[in-house]
Formats: sequence, C-alpha cells, structure tokens
Amino acid sequence: MAGLRAAVITFPGSNCDRDMAVALEKVSGTAPLRVWHGDADLPDRLDLIALPGGFSYGDYLRSGAMAAKSPIMRSVIRAADRGVPVLGVCNGFQVLTEAGLLPGALLRNAGQNFVCRTVPLRVENSQSLFTGGYAAGTTIHIPVAHHDGNFFADAETLDRIEGEGRVAFRYLDTVNGSQRDIAGILNADGNVLGMMPHPERAIEADHGGIDGRALFESAIRGLVDA
Amino acid sequence: MKVRVHVSLKPGVLDPQGRAVHHALEGMGFEGVTDVRVGRLIELDVADGTSDAALDDMCRKLLANMVIENYRIEKAETV
Repeated sequence: MAGLRAAVITFPGSNCDRDMAVALEKVSGTAPLRVWHGDADLPDRLDLIALPGGFSYGDYLRSGAMAAKSPIMRSVIRAADRGVPVLGVCNGFQVLTEAGLLPGALLRNAGQNFVCRTVPLRVENSQSLFTGGYAAGTTIHIPVAHHDGNFFADAETLDRIEGEGRVAFRYLDTVNGSQRDIAGILNADGNVLGMMPHPERAIEADHGGIDGRALFESAIRGLVDA
Repeated sequence: MKVRVHVSLKPGVLDPQGRAVHHALEGMGFEGVTDVRVGRLIELDVADGTSDAALDDMCRKLLANMVIENYRIEKAETV
C-alpha cells in the first residue's frame, strides 16, 4: 500500500497534526504532505485531507470557528464538494461543523469537564470509505481528549442523519452529553467523516490498542486500490 | 459607529456553564434565581453607514453559529 497522496492541515494551535501524519505514514507507507492554514491552495490530486485535533486559534469565539474561515478551508470545502475524502478528528470535527461540511455543532461537555480517556464506541455504519474495515455493531476502544465534544443538532437533523445511516460511531457510555451518544458522523455523500475520538492514537500496540488502525487501512485501501 | 452583538444560546440548547453559575449563585445564598444562561457580547467599531445587511452577514457567517445560537445587534452611536 504505497502512493497515498494525503495532506494534513495545520492551523495555529493544532497539536495532533504530527500524530495524524505519523498514523497516515505508518499505515500507508507514504508520508502525507503538510499544509499550513494560510496557504490558499491545496496540493493537487489529493487522495485524502486530514484535519487534526488541537485547539486551533485557542478555541477563540467557538471551537473551530476561526479555523473554518481560514484561507485553506475554502479549498478544503471545494475539494470535499468534488468528493475528495476528508477526515476531521476532534478539533478537526469542530472545524468541519463550523465550515458547514457536517451538520450540527459541538458544545461544551455536559459535565463541564475536559474528558481524557479511552472510551468504547459502537461502529454504526460499516459501509463508508472510512468505516468499511469494521463490522457493523463492533465495539472498538478509542481515546478521547476534549472539552467541547457534546454533539448537538435539532431533532429533525438528528432524525435525518440517523435515517440516512450517517452516524458512524456512537459512545457506549456517558462521555460528554452528546445527543443520541453520537461520536462521529458522515456527510450525505459519505466522503467526509468527523469524529471526536482519536483513531490516530490507537494504531500501534504501544498506544494501548490498535482499534483505530482499521479506519486508516480501510480508507487507504479504498483510495489506493481504486 | 459602535455596534454591540449579543450572542446567546438558543432555547433548548443545554448550557452547562449557565447551570454551573446558577448552582454557584444558589450556593452563595441568592434566592429566587430560576435559570441562568451565559452568552457573549461582541463590540465592533465599524465604518459609519455600514449596512444592516453587512452586520447580519458578519453575525451569520462568523460571530454566531446559527445551529446553536441567536444574535441581536444593538447599534449605539454614542457608546
């Protein structure tokens, strides 16, 4: 599995961009391109765009709000609209909702506390590019580390995304107060995934678990073999 | 021209911060407080004649997240 042309976007305050790049390189064999938020254009012919975790712009205004309006995000939105796969983890998920690429918003955790631990998730959709490496209904264990992971959308939106099979992952215990325990969602076309848990922190045995590896393997297999 | 934008969570959106402030007020002995919601006040200094449409656009595109928040614009010529 070589030849993946992926890009990891770094915003001021991103802090999981290196981990994301390492995960993509370990699984694909090819180091991703690193792109700075102020760049206006993405590298061409990308197979995958990753928005990493962290605290872009210090979470000013709202988590992800400022990053969502940065120059590079206009290019990311155009690429996503063309069907380029986009993975947003943690702050990357917040950026994707603020950019309008995914519905809903991520509010302060219901318990007011920063939550940092490995949590069990149920794989709800095993048909997407990113989740095809899991069997539907499987329980996986992935670390979370966030203060604003409380997924909110109005009831109509929640019913719609549930009905369309766009809930990718659901928490199996109480983590942050998310509506319907939603941990990760897909866009309507299935090429954009946002999730609060960090799959890039669970790809090697030394991480304490490798349940995140199948997400990268599945995506890369789908992209490089395509 | 000074403009104040008041951003508040929509009714029905859980406000854990407001709830914590409410509990603190109760703990301090203040009685009769039935609810607390914490919002945000943004003060802008804009060119005279900036249109209402432009201010609305700023609010909708950045200052407020219309999924979870409402906003109110207060134009105060002499703030």
